[in-house]
Amino acid sequence: MVLPPELSAIKTEIISHAREYGLDFFDTVFELLDYEEINQVASYDGFPSRYPHWRFGMEYLRMSKSYSYGLHRIYEMVINNDPSYAYLLTSNKTVDQKTVMAHVYGHVDFFKNNMWFAHTNRKMMNEMANHGTRIRRYVDHFGYEAVEQFLDVCLSLDNLIDLHSAGIRRHVERTPKLPGGEETDQVSSAKLPSKPYMDDYINPPEFMEAQRKKLSEEQARQKHVPEEPERDVLLFLLNHAPLEEWQSDVLAIVREEAYYFAPQGQTRIMNEGWASYWHSKIMTERALSPNELVDYADHHAGIMASSPGRLNPYKLGLELWRDIEERWDKGRFGAEWDDCQDEATRRNWDRQLGLGREKIFEVRRIYNDIGFIDAFLTPEFARRHGLFTYKYDPATNEYVIDSRDFLAIKQQLLFQLTNFGQPIILVQDANYANRGELYLRHQHEGVDLRLDWARDTLANLQVVWSRPVHLETQVEGVPKLLSYDGKEHSEKKLIAK
Amino acid sequence: MIAKIEQDQSRFRQIVRGKVRENLRKYMSNGELIGRQGRDLVSIPIPEIQIPRFRFDHRQSGGVGQGEGEVGTPIGLGPDHGDGSGEAGNAPGDHILEVEVTLEELARILGDELELPNIQPKGKENIESRVDRYTGIRRVGPESLRHFKRTYREALKRQVAMGVYSRERPAVIPVREDKRYRSWTSQYKPDSNAVIIYMMDVSGSMTDDKKEIVRLTAFWIDMWLRSQYKKVAVRYIIHDAEACEVGQDAFYHTRENGGTAISSAYRLCQAIIEKDYDPGEWNIYPFHFSDGDNWDKDNAACMGLLANAILPNVNLFCYGEVSTSMRQSDFSDSLERLDEIGKERLIKTAIKNKGEIYNAVKAFLGKGR
Repeated sequence: MVLPPELSAIKTEIISHAREYGLDFFDTVFELLDYEEINQVASYDGFPSRYPHWRFGMEYLRMSKSYSYGLHRIYEMVINNDPSYAYLLTSNKTVDQKTVMAHVYGHVDFFKNNMWFAHTNRKMMNEMANHGTRIRRYVDHFGYEAVEQFLDVCLSLDNLIDLHSAGIRRHVERTPKLPGGEETDQVSSAKLPSKPYMDDYINPPEFMEAQRKKLSEEQARQKHVPEEPERDVLLFLLNHAPLEEWQSDVLAIVREEAYYFAPQGQTRIMNEGWASYWHSKIMTERALSPNELVDYADHHAGIMASSPGRLNPYKLGLELWRDIEERWDKGRFGAEWDDCQDEATRRNWDRQLGLGREKIFEVRRIYNDIGFIDAFLTPEFARRHGLFTYKYDPATNEYVIDSRDFLAIKQQLLFQLTNFGQPIILVQDANYANRGELYLRHQHEGVDLRLDWARDTLANLQVVWSRPVHLETQVEGVPKLLSYDGKEHSEKKLIAK
Repeated sequence: MIAKIEQDQSRFRQIVRGKVRENLRKYMSNGELIGRQGRDLVSIPIPEIQIPRFRFDHRQSGGVGQGEGEVGTPIGLGPDHGDGSGEAGNAPGDHILEVEVTLEELARILGDELELPNIQPKGKENIESRVDRYTGIRRVGPESLRHFKRTYREALKRQVAMGVYSRERPAVIPVREDKRYRSWTSQYKPDSNAVIIYMMDVSGSMTDDKKEIVRLTAFWIDMWLRSQYKKVAVRYIIHDAEACEVGQDAFYHTRENGGTAISSAYRLCQAIIEKDYDPGEWNIYPFHFSDGDNWDKDNAACMGLLANAILPNVNLFCYGEVSTSMRQSDFSDSLERLDEIGKERLIKTAIKNKGEIYNAVKAFLGKGR
């Protein structure tokens, strides 16, 4: 739909402001939707042509319910795509549309420039539609029930991906070796160079024996599947699980979408903060007209509101960005600043470097939330914003404030952000007990898994793998092996290695 | 796009409906899951369906928050209140979703699940049933209700008036404006009556837990009976050593500390029946909940009242013993010694915990009379 002239004039205006500030974004298509439509689009995570699945219906039901009860409304939604798509609510006031547009351009700039988004498919709109078509085709072929059930199984595993796989190569690709006669060659190539008469001394039989053993161990390890523990469980299943062709495709679709959405989870605080930073900048410095001030302030405050138990990523992000800008403007960084203990000096510290703007653009290019918090959350900041950690108190069945210690806060935040708050689970062995059983290991970092879910998920994994599956984890400090063989669950204590 | 979301939505509803069926037991044993709204609609807040994943146990993990407060200050989140939103990631927390089901629908689900036979209508007054009658004519309506004769007449009138009607070729073709449709009105007429008389022991030994069990059991009974009758009269009696009639609210929340004389309640029940509800006109369902801890000397009086005054006049007398002890009470023993007619109209069941409510309801209403 073409934007009404009023809105497209605003769009042109906001674009020019954004460009002047140095934002760099894809073309953005704005669509005007009423609240029902926007709820629908939002249920599909912004992609109206996604595959059919009940959870979108559930999402929609919940959104329209909470909309009609006035619990929440969606102001903006923007899709990482080139061109980007953003949705505006028809019933919003002009000032809201302005704010939303400014906010959207912040997001699009972030999508385009943050390196964690570099691997994402910028034609995802089309790709999602293709996924939809493919899944619908499978539905026609194999029946709704079968496809839906398998989708549910795949979705149950969709957090078992390797977030960093886009950026690093975990194991060296091996070139296939020619069969036959190579064993002797390899052993002799391990020989240290020597003259024939010195050979028995330089390469004594024990040494040659040790070399031979090392080689055979290596070969044994090569036969081990996977050679190294595999973080990308979905990829492993794709390559090794006995799936029908259509099932493989469904799994691949789920995996691809998980990777597409992952960076949004990895950069939520930065991304929302960045967009909020720019909407407030553009609005208050350029675009706001005096009669819009009160409405703007009202809505901005609404977005920034925080309640005790909830850390508002918009608020946290925005404040951190502003803090970084101020620190680099005033030169509050580096060894000299860190070493300075004098409160008064620190308070009045201003080197007038004016590096703030440059710094935040650099940060938005290379960091994700973990690095962002790790590098830029300071004790002053935590104190100024009243951050605390909380824990569950079984006695009162409530969460209570646990600590205001900076290190504790930072550690807790970082922990929550690690692997976007998901447990790290690896494929350890695909031939466990030499019976083709799948062995996964949960890298326990102090927090147990939710056991009832872990069992159900294991059952889903078994559907894919079709042989018994095992998960090594810890329950209340005791190493345990949860197993599911397709019929029943079992659980045994592991003896600590 | 619209059709698409509706497909997904109806799919979800179907699953939910299946969920209601399968987990009925669970709903019945969890008070928080049942809300009530108005007369016709029941909202069952159901947790959204979450696909299981390998996730952290959030109770252990805690989180980071922002705001005032000393160390140790509760921040007002229950254990199931979703994941602290400091967590990045786009996974939603545990939300409670309400699905509205009409009373009829829920009762039907209950009826199917519980295999409850229908109670026979009886009596002539007060309680209404709806009858639709075709009494009028409208210009709009579904084709299936088109009134042929009236439509023909209108078409004929129009053609005559316009001068296009010919005796040689008397074809009468109705156009849109000629069409007439039957319309109906709904009439309410008195049908059958039912009264439920709940009696509850509120003596010192009835704890809040036990009352909660009574409340839930009463809710499900209520619900099902209301689906069978357009109107159900409900009366509430509480008793310790003495009985009195109270309102709904007091029924569930009163706690007394006296001794227990069940006969007092039965006497009041009998008085209510005699005064307001003629057994010839009314389906009468007294329900009595107690922990069975009655004053020894009172048991005989109770049996007398039951056998002579109450049982002959009611459809069904249900006694639910809410007790955590393994042994059944003396009162319950003496109920078993009642004669044949008593046995036929008396249903006695023990409810030890919330999980047994389902069985209790099934026992109470499974016989149907």
